[in-house]
Amino acid sequence: MIFLTLYLEFFKTGLFAVGGGLATLPFLYDLSDRYGWFTHQQLADMIAVSESTPGAIGVNMATYAGFATAGPLGAIVATLGLVSPSLVVIIIIAHIFDRFKANPFVTAVFYGLRPASTALIAAAGFSVFIMDVFSFELYTSLASLGQVVNWPSIFLALVIFIMMRHRLLKQLHPVVFIAFAALVGILFSF
Amino acid sequence: MHVLTDLFFTFAKIGAITFGGGYAMLPILQREVVEIKQWVTDEELMDYYAIGQTTPGIIAINTATFIGQKTKGTLGGIAATLGVVFPSLIIISVIAYFLQNFTDSTLLQSAFSGIRVSVYVLILHAVMKLWKNAIVDRAGIMIFIVVFSLAAFTPLSPVYMVIGSGVVGLILKQWLQKERGQ
Repeated sequence: MIFLTLYLEFFKTGLFAVGGGLATLPFLYDLSDRYGWFTHQQLADMIAVSESTPGAIGVNMATYAGFATAGPLGAIVATLGLVSPSLVVIIIIAHIFDRFKANPFVTAVFYGLRPASTALIAAAGFSVFIMDVFSFELYTSLASLGQVVNWPSIFLALVIFIMMRHRLLKQLHPVVFIAFAALVGILFSF
Repeated sequence: MHVLTDLFFTFAKIGAITFGGGYAMLPILQREVVEIKQWVTDEELMDYYAIGQTTPGIIAINTATFIGQKTKGTLGGIAATLGVVFPSLIIISVIAYFLQNFTDSTLLQSAFSGIRVSVYVLILHAVMKLWKNAIVDRAGIMIFIVVFSLAAFTPLSPVYMVIGSGVVGLILKQWLQKERGQ
């Protein structure tokens, strides 16, 4: 039965993919090879769509792959399969965490974890920044480093940053800045 | 509104306006669940991100489940998780069915190039807000620099960095206590 197989395969993906959504990618390639539910070309499309639509990339890819395999119900089953391990594991951990939060051993561990967690988030932002600002594929053919840098994008980043630090504008919801950036992107064909 | 429905709809809203996955979700979570709903604190959010990166499953889901569980137990965890995936189900199904050449649109590509800029600025801003609570001393700055460099410039899995800094935290605290005891 296709739905049971879908659920179990995506359950496995959710269980073994640790980290961000793109960590699910090797599992999706494996599914493509073993079951032929979708082609590698379709997978490339899925990544593009998942990155340019709202929602977590991992969830979007599972939904897309499920849909490609077995329609709307397939999308639901694959997504539920993907999130099931998180639900079980995190709910168990959350219960334990609640009980031992004040334990000196646990507070000592989190004393080290908090800077690390912040650093990982900063690094994720940094990698988006690097990808956006430098076009490395142009580098070999051009003489000056200045030409590889995406100046309009840096300018937009500065404008958004200043707006977010502004006394009045910082009250605005983050989605306002996202919408503003999308609009600027369209108007100036980024 | 009942807490469970509130959790579902708040996380559906978060899922609908997050572009780019778990890390890009952080600034939106800070606004929605820390500042507006006050379900969790900034520190708790950081702890959940740390745990969410070392446990099975993708970060966005793990964090949503954690916040839901903290707010309203097991059912809260389920409500938040179903909420955060709900917009994806609708949007992706519609695109997969109707818009085969969705990503060919130049309009959409321009819009998304703009959005990507806002994503890293929002993440930078979120990190600046977390900084004061996360990095409390020189040891914290050292851990930040080491983990940031490893994550940004090496292909090492974040799992090892999280486990490593947990161990470092444990050793440092023991050592600091001994220093004080003498």
